[in-house]
Amino acid sequence: MTAAARLQLRGVQKAFGETEVLAGVDLQVHEGEFVSILGPSGAGKSTLFQLLIGGIRPDGGTIHFDRAPLHNGTARFAFMPQRDALMPWRRILDNTTLGLEVQGMDRRAARAKVAPLFAEFGLQGFERHYPAQLSGGMRQRAALLRTIVQDRDMLLLDEPFGALDALTRAAMQRWLQTMWKRHRWTALLVTHDVREAVFLSDRIYVLSPRPARVLHEFHVPLPRPRDASSSRLEEASRIEAMVLATLLTPEPAGEQSS
Amino acid sequence: MSENLSFPAKVGPAVVAVGVVVLAWHLYADLSGIGVTTLPSPLRVAQQAWVHRQALFDNAVPTVRATLLGFACSLTAALLLSVLMDFSGLLRRALFPVFIISQTLPLVAIAPLVVLWFGFGLFPKIMLVALVTFFPMLVALVQGYAATEKEIVLLLRSMGASRWGVFRLARLPSALPFFFAGLRISITYAVVGAIFAEYAGAARGLGIYILNAKNNFRPDLVLAAVGVSAGLTLILFGLTVLIQRAAMPWIRFDRDPAP
Repeated sequence: MTAAARLQLRGVQKAFGETEVLAGVDLQVHEGEFVSILGPSGAGKSTLFQLLIGGIRPDGGTIHFDRAPLHNGTARFAFMPQRDALMPWRRILDNTTLGLEVQGMDRRAARAKVAPLFAEFGLQGFERHYPAQLSGGMRQRAALLRTIVQDRDMLLLDEPFGALDALTRAAMQRWLQTMWKRHRWTALLVTHDVREAVFLSDRIYVLSPRPARVLHEFHVPLPRPRDASSSRLEEASRIEAMVLATLLTPEPAGEQSS
Repeated sequence: MSENLSFPAKVGPAVVAVGVVVLAWHLYADLSGIGVTTLPSPLRVAQQAWVHRQALFDNAVPTVRATLLGFACSLTAALLLSVLMDFSGLLRRALFPVFIISQTLPLVAIAPLVVLWFGFGLFPKIMLVALVTFFPMLVALVQGYAATEKEIVLLLRSMGASRWGVFRLARLPSALPFFFAGLRISITYAVVGAIFAEYAGAARGLGIYILNAKNNFRPDLVLAAVGVSAGLTLILFGLTVLIQRAAMPWIRFDRDPAP
C-alpha cells in the first residue's frame, strides 16, 4: 500500500430523483490488486460501475484515476457485464475483438491480436461458433477474453459468474484465479457471493444497504493459489464468517472485527 | 420446436387443409346446381386459368413491378426515418402521430384520389403500396432498436463507442428479427395494396383484370386472378424467409446451445 492508488473514490454520492443510492463511498484500488465490493441486493453496486463507465456523474465527491480526475470519455476501464452480453449475431472471434474494433483497429489486425489467446482461454476451435452454440462457462471465458484484450488499465467485473450454475461457477473462479496470478490485472469485482470475494480478492469492501456507504474493509492475506489445503481453508472460512456477519448485521459489526 | 419435424410432417397438415376446402368447394359447385356464372368449380377456374394464361401473365407483371418498387420505396423510407427517429426524440414525437393518422385513411377513398391526381401510370401504385407497407416496417424497426440489450449498450459505452457506434454495432443488428417479422407482414399487404391501386384505375394489372372479368360476368377469371395473386404473395413470403436465413445465420442455433 505504499504506492498511490490507481483508482481512488472519495465521498462519492449519487441519487436518482428521490432515491439516494450512494451516500459517500470511499474506496481505492492499487496497481495489480484484486478488490471486491460486496453488498446486499440493490445496494448501488451497479451504480458505482455506471459512474466509472456509463457516463453518469456523481452528485458529490471525487473519482480519481492515477491522481487525475476521471473524465467522461477517457476509457480507462475494461468492463465485463453481469450477463456475458455477447452479441448473438457475431461469431466468438468477432465478439472478442469488439473492443479493439471500437478503438478503431481494423478487423484483420484485431483478429490477429486475439486469435493466439483462444487456447489460453480454453476456446480453441470455437472461433467460428456463435455464442448460442457455447456453454455458459465458455461464454463467460469469451466475455473475459473480450475484456482483457482491450489492454485497459483496470478490469471492472460486474458479478461475472452470477448467472452460472454452482459447479461451473466454482470452476470459473479457480480458472480466473489462475489467470489473475499469471497476468496480475488490476481488478475491481462486484459480487454478492461472499465465498467468491474471499477466494479471489486481496481486499473486500462491504457496502451497507441503500443508501450505500462502505461499512468495512477486509484484507484477505491468504497466499495463492487458494486451494483446498486445510489450514488456508480454515482461515478463509474465518474471514468469510466475519464478512457475512458484517453483511447481515450492518450496524454494529463494522467496528468489531478486522 | 418444429425444426425437428420432417418436411412432409411440416407441410402435410397445410396441404390437407387446403385440399379439404377445395374439395368442399368443388362438391358444392357441382352438386348444388349453382350456376357457373355465380360460383364456378375449382376445376373450371383452373381450366380457364390455363386457357387465359398469357393474359394472366401479362397482367401479373405490372402488379409485381408495382409491388416491388412500392415496397422498395417504403423500405428505404422506413429505414431512414427509423434511424432519424431513433436519434431524435423530438422527431419521434413529431412524426409518429402523423404516421398513425396515415394508417387510418381508408384505402377505398385514397386509391381513387391518388389515381385522380397522378393518373393511370406506375407512380400512384407505388405510392399506395408504400402507404400500406411503410407503417408496419417503421414500427418493427423502432421496436427492434428498443429491444437492444441494455448490457450490450453499457458494454459498448465502456469501450468508448459513440452514439452512432452503438447504433451500428448493437441497435441495428438487434432490430433484425423484428425487421424480418415486419417484412413478412408487409409483403402480404404490398400485393393487396398493388391490386387495390390497379382496381381503382390502371391500364394493365391484376386489379384491373379482376374488375374487367367481374364486369363481364366471368367469376372463373376473377378467381383465377385471385389465385395468381395468392401465388405471388406466397412466393414473396418464401423469399423473405430465405433472405432472413441468409442474413441471420445464427438463428439456427438460438434454441439448442451446446452442452
